Amino acid sequence: MKARIIVTLKTGVLDPQGKAIEAALTSFGLSGVDGVRQGKVFDVELAGDDRAAAEATLKAACEKLLANTVVENYAIEIL
Amino acid sequence: MRAAIVVFPGSNRDADVARALTQAGAEVVKVWHADTELPAGTDLAVLPGGFSYGDYLRCGAIAGRAAAMDAVRAHAARGGLVLGICNGFQILCESGLLPGVLMRNVDRRFICHRQLLRVERADTRFTTAYAKDQVIDVCVAHGEGNYFADADTIARLEGDGRVAFRYCDASGALTVDANRNGSLNSIAGIYSEKLNVLGLMPHPENFVEDLVGGTDGRGLFASLAA
Repeated sequence: MKARIIVTLKTGVLDPQGKAIEAALTSFGLSGVDGVRQGKVFDVELAGDDRAAAEATLKAACEKLLANTVVENYAIEIL
Repeated sequence: MRAAIVVFPGSNRDADVARALTQAGAEVVKVWHADTELPAGTDLAVLPGGFSYGDYLRCGAIAGRAAAMDAVRAHAARGGLVLGICNGFQILCESGLLPGVLMRNVDRRFICHRQLLRVERADTRFTTAYAKDQVIDVCVAHGEGNYFADADTIARLEGDGRVAFRYCDASGALTVDANRNGSLNSIAGIYSEKLNVLGLMPHPENFVEDLVGGTDGRGLFASLAA
């Protein structure tokens, strides 16, 4: 089983990298970009095919390591 | 004073902090990150600066979950002293021993320069050799030192007197220019609730010899070893 975890910064948390990327896009002359927030994607391979167990494992992985829940949110998607 | 310095893959300031502690009169032992216990009789656990695990995932994230950190957590819970400098401060935040997080510097640059700090209180185990509101000259070297926590956490830290050091100018004023990494409330270092855990971004261990520019860092190690 494959899963994808997306980690994003919470609203209101300053994202200097996102700001720099936004400024770069604007400098290329791209119009219509109002804001950029940078996040992370983790593609995870899981043993077995128990969906509920996989979700529990991935949630534990996010809470323990993959996201810092002080400043980040996470979303789990089983593919 | 027996100090145990925890060395992670990528730590690189362990020798400097060992030297500063030895100079102050402490006995120093090194502990590997995979060790599950601190040496018997450890008074102070030190998490040195560096780039543990290459800063992969987030600075301090992987080191914060290392086996030795369970021992450091148990040591802190018993009231033992813990000092985290630079990457060590990031590890303390990631391990849950201190609140908040060190984000990317506001101007996105790695900063490396002399830095003045205001000592917020001189009545903890880390600061008795300083005076309250004393301005000390040390240095900083980091890319992710921008202290951030939610409003409730900041209010709690301020209300309980848990800010240890702030970035300041020569008069002790908290200016925007002095706060180069963009930390909330110019916070350079904080204490745990019981004041036995200190994390700070600047490097006091750099400035313990006139030969390399100053000795204002000595006070921290002298306080600990007293």
